[in-house]
Amino acid sequence: MIQNDSTTKSGNEGGRPEIQPLVRIRNLKKAFGKNLVLKGFNLELYPNENVVILGKSGSGKSVLIKCLVRLIDIDEGEIFVLDRSIPDLEQEELDHIRTEVGFLFQGSALYDSMTVRENLQFPLRRHTDRLQGQDEEVLIIKALESVGLEDAIDLMPAELSGGMKRRVALARTLILRPKIILYDEPTTGLDPITSNEIVQLILKIQKDFNTASLIITHDMDCARVISNRMIILQDGINYAEGTYEELSQSNDPKVKAFFKEVKNR
Amino acid sequence: MNTLVKNIRNYLDETGKISLFAFRFFQQVFRRPFEFKELFRQCYLLGYKSLFLVVTTGFIMGLVLTLQIRPTMIEFGATYYIPQMVGIAIVREIGPVITALICAGKIGSSIGAELGSMKVTEQIDAMEVSGTNPFKYLVVTRILASTLMLPLLVIAADAIGLFGSFLVEATKGDISATLYFNIVFDSLVFGDLIPATLKSFFFGFAIGLVGCYKGYYSDKGTEGVGRAANMAVVLASLLLFVIDFLAVLIADIFFEI
Repeated sequence: MIQNDSTTKSGNEGGRPEIQPLVRIRNLKKAFGKNLVLKGFNLELYPNENVVILGKSGSGKSVLIKCLVRLIDIDEGEIFVLDRSIPDLEQEELDHIRTEVGFLFQGSALYDSMTVRENLQFPLRRHTDRLQGQDEEVLIIKALESVGLEDAIDLMPAELSGGMKRRVALARTLILRPKIILYDEPTTGLDPITSNEIVQLILKIQKDFNTASLIITHDMDCARVISNRMIILQDGINYAEGTYEELSQSNDPKVKAFFKEVKNR
Repeated sequence: MNTLVKNIRNYLDETGKISLFAFRFFQQVFRRPFEFKELFRQCYLLGYKSLFLVVTTGFIMGLVLTLQIRPTMIEFGATYYIPQMVGIAIVREIGPVITALICAGKIGSSIGAELGSMKVTEQIDAMEVSGTNPFKYLVVTRILASTLMLPLLVIAADAIGLFGSFLVEATKGDISATLYFNIVFDSLVFGDLIPATLKSFFFGFAIGLVGCYKGYYSDKGTEGVGRAANMAVVLASLLLFVIDFLAVLIADIFFEI
């Protein structure tokens, strides 16, 4: 098991410059009333890295990634995304940073009253700088092609299956070309075959778009395939951290119990 | 006693929150970017799509009102005053209030349910993380559309209500359209039209505000969506009567009705 207590990744012996993390969380605390959900969570996410955060239901995983984009205000601690302190940003700056951070919601969160095309147009029309002289329609089709759903462009969300909705939501996330993508339970509610398709898609996207990903899940198969690094969020802190192999062979009783519980599900 | 204190506290808490929500609306409404496309879409959905319901109600309101008062007026030999009486009643009070109540049911519940379901399915969060201000896009446009459309719907309901009343008079009595509407318009003064139109704006604002507030802050899943829609109608209807009372009181001071 590795304890993550450094602020940057060291360069190799060849003297390359240190790699700065895209996301840095220090001593994050968040409570809802008397319920202290996060009690000092720490995290660093580096470019092209897939970090999976595992935890039981109610452990504060979703709260954590919502704090990252300030959908929820934190009580204490530091959150830096692309070297900007998220809690201290003015609304305009925050909106700009948010365009660099894609967010795939658990239920896809497609806009019901809009077609797939309009769902993808929505963020583009509000951030026309991201068009970079390219045609809006071309970008939409490219985004849909990257998730294999170019034929669904004129369908309404209600006409899509759960897996298709997740793919369209991913295309909508990708359309602004974010540097970081946050996945909130990307495979929850999907059958095993569709789950596997989504997992492969996440890997493909990371490869094609060079994104760093923070994935919240309690799907161990998904975590095993996707992760470069895993963090177990327990009792409000990053209780254990390491690769899948390291954590699955850990002798720590709580980590062992966690793996056993997840496998028995 | 504890329940009473708790209820009073909840009432004051809710009033404070709605006031802050209204304050936030006024803060955002004049700030760029303006969501004109969504505003026009909402005007179409809230205004045009409610037109049929409102004019049907207005027409029946005119028919029924005239049919109900006619026998009494005949008894007193005052049939000449029917157009005058119906005209004033519809324009001053019945038209705006009935239309607003119909719209509280239709518009208030639809806004409450729509925003409520967007909230519980995280669509509002999705909008926010895409760098869009959901309050401005969803709330400001709906409140504005509702405020602007309600007076137009009231005018339509008034007009068709008077037409319904004329049909009864023309069928049961012996009066021409020209004479009927001449009597109606002669009896109406600015003191009737201005307060009625102004209070329609406030009715529209209240319906939009309450619908958006209840939907925007709905929780507890699908159950919360149903409750948001329901509470939007109940609270908006209650507010309409409070606004109506205040409007009549103020109009009485300035226009001596």
